[in-house]
Amino acid sequence: MLSTPPASLAILRREMLRLYRRRGQLMQPPLFFILVAVMFPFAVGGDENQLRALAPAVVWVALLLATTLSLEDIFRGDHEDGSLEQLVLLAGSLPGACALKALAHWLSTPVPLIAMAALMSAVHGLQNETRTALLVSLLLGTPVFSLVGTIGSALTVGVRGGALLLALLILPLYIPVLIFGAGAVRNATLSMASGSEYFFLAGLSVLAATLAPFAAAAGLRARLV
Amino acid sequence: MARPAVAAALEVVDVECLRGDALIFEHLSFGVPAGHVLQILGANGSGKTSLLRMLSGLAPPDSGEIRWQGEPTTTSPRWREELLYQGIAGGFSANLTVTENLEYGQALAARGALMRVSEALDRVGLGRYGDTFTGRLSSGQRQRAALARLVLIPARAWLLDEPLTALDRDGKKLLEGMLRAHTEGGGIALVATHQGLEVPASCLHTLDLDTRTVC
Repeated sequence: MLSTPPASLAILRREMLRLYRRRGQLMQPPLFFILVAVMFPFAVGGDENQLRALAPAVVWVALLLATTLSLEDIFRGDHEDGSLEQLVLLAGSLPGACALKALAHWLSTPVPLIAMAALMSAVHGLQNETRTALLVSLLLGTPVFSLVGTIGSALTVGVRGGALLLALLILPLYIPVLIFGAGAVRNATLSMASGSEYFFLAGLSVLAATLAPFAAAAGLRARLV
Repeated sequence: MARPAVAAALEVVDVECLRGDALIFEHLSFGVPAGHVLQILGANGSGKTSLLRMLSGLAPPDSGEIRWQGEPTTTSPRWREELLYQGIAGGFSANLTVTENLEYGQALAARGALMRVSEALDRVGLGRYGDTFTGRLSSGQRQRAALARLVLIPARAWLLDEPLTALDRDGKKLLEGMLRAHTEGGGIALVATHQGLEVPASCLHTLDLDTRTVC
């Protein structure tokens, strides 16, 4: 299903370069993430135990919403400048190209956010087990955000004000990841095993990686007609 | 069985194009033999872009058939592998340099390299602009960059949508020279334009979408 290795590498390289050159946009999700993390304690109040109990859930929701901010960008710029037509016509495999787009999105948005979450959980003094569970669940679950987001981005390409529509389309699909991700962390705080949640998250990621590229490719073809 | 020499490399049979509920054109049939250029004329809104997008496969026809070397383009992979489409939006990312954009296109197509990007840029008169962001180019220079893609990616069929817009006189000559070389090698080209192309009349056909006549 993949294009030739050189073509795949070219797609990934170009995508990372394109994202890197638009640093203003690239910085939006991290800023949003920090803002939520900073505002949240003001709302909860000074009870440290309560804060610690809620923190993992807040991190999951903030990361999910911050990720959604950048989804529209996966295909929008390419659609406006005509690169998307070239991609559809020239790529050896459009689903392969969509998978690479999703990979580039994952590397450019969720991964930096996870690094920030790691830093924050250290600063806020989360227990070691909780911190590990948070990071492992994020690493296993966030690929779903990028992969499913690629479908949403493909389906709303060229739609005016597509950002809200995109959020409406995909946020419901993120709910299972949120449930298992936050559940894994909650188990860890209660000193219970999180293994089954990890398996579910990994399973969801594999499912998304297998199906989402084809759905995104079909969505793109339908939108470009 | 050998096909007769006059057989069209690209055959369009009774195609119809709808945009929403509006009928853009119907019962359109024509053929383009190997080594020929088809110039597509027509008023704004007559369907030049729709026709080229339809031929490219981006927007399949609502009815009718398109055949390349005798095989329907919907089932044969050859058409996809042998065509190069140049839309009105150039297909260049504004925040990548000209060279980055062209090298990406070349690698994406994976059809082998005809020449290096720097040579192609020299040929289209953009030799000094390889490291310039495409967003900083004038629209004429962007059209020239698009011409560079034509010489970089091997293709038998060119579908060019308004390649002459914003091109200066030299640029037009350049494209006409490229079209001559392309057709001499047995390639075909379909060019939507409002300005007449000056290529040898023996290999030039004109499709007028307003009257749906080919001459």
